[in-house]
Amino acid sequence: MSQLHTVNKSPLERNTLESAIAHAIKGNALLMIEDGVYGAMQGTHKSAIVSNAMSDISFYVMGPDLKARGIDEKRIIDGIKIVDYSDFVALVAEHDVTQSWL
Amino acid sequence: MPETKKFLYVNRKAPYGTIYAQEALEVVLIGAAFEQDVSLAFLDDGVYQITKGQNTKEVSMKNFSLTYKALGDYDVNKIYVEQESLDARGLTLDDLLPLAWEDEDDDWAKKDSIKVVSAAEMAKIMEQSDIVFSF
Repeated sequence: MSQLHTVNKSPLERNTLESAIAHAIKGNALLMIEDGVYGAMQGTHKSAIVSNAMSDISFYVMGPDLKARGIDEKRIIDGIKIVDYSDFVALVAEHDVTQSWL
Repeated sequence: MPETKKFLYVNRKAPYGTIYAQEALEVVLIGAAFEQDVSLAFLDDGVYQITKGQNTKEVSMKNFSLTYKALGDYDVNKIYVEQESLDARGLTLDDLLPLAWEDEDDDWAKKDSIKVVSAAEMAKIMEQSDIVFSF
């Protein structure tokens, strides 16, 4: 079963991203949305959690949420794909189950 | 003449995921009308509130970050940002809005409102406040 995990909380405030990554299986996808997009930034105290999981999990981040928060695409961790709302729909359709980490 | 009190508004939440940041800003602007001694503190995820370049067009929300620029006109010019919080998020002063005010006692010279302080200094600022509103 291929799962898509969505995370909408800042990793600097909650452990949601950390827990989602810890429970994702190799081959799963993880999409950061809303305040979750702070988890996609380089150079934070939580960036390594994402970088270290990059070989097993496909990471995506919601572009409109990045723009709202003033996060330049250049500051995103290498390997994370920036997506829009129609890509979000496609990701949900491609995966058997979507798990929304709150 | 009523006594002037030292008000501190503590901001610890990111701007758009919850309503706290926007509500805090509303309260600060309302409070500014009462001519009290107002300071703002940004720490933890609160530092994200005053980052540059926010563009909310595609998420259909109000970009209230522009309103912070008006604070100087309301004599709200003591804005403390915690260094440790910036560091943890890979941010520097350059990533923040250039918040400023004009000093009428100094020929309307434009001065920076933001002061980056350590967590220890922030603790003292909190301790020296008469009233603390936490968001």
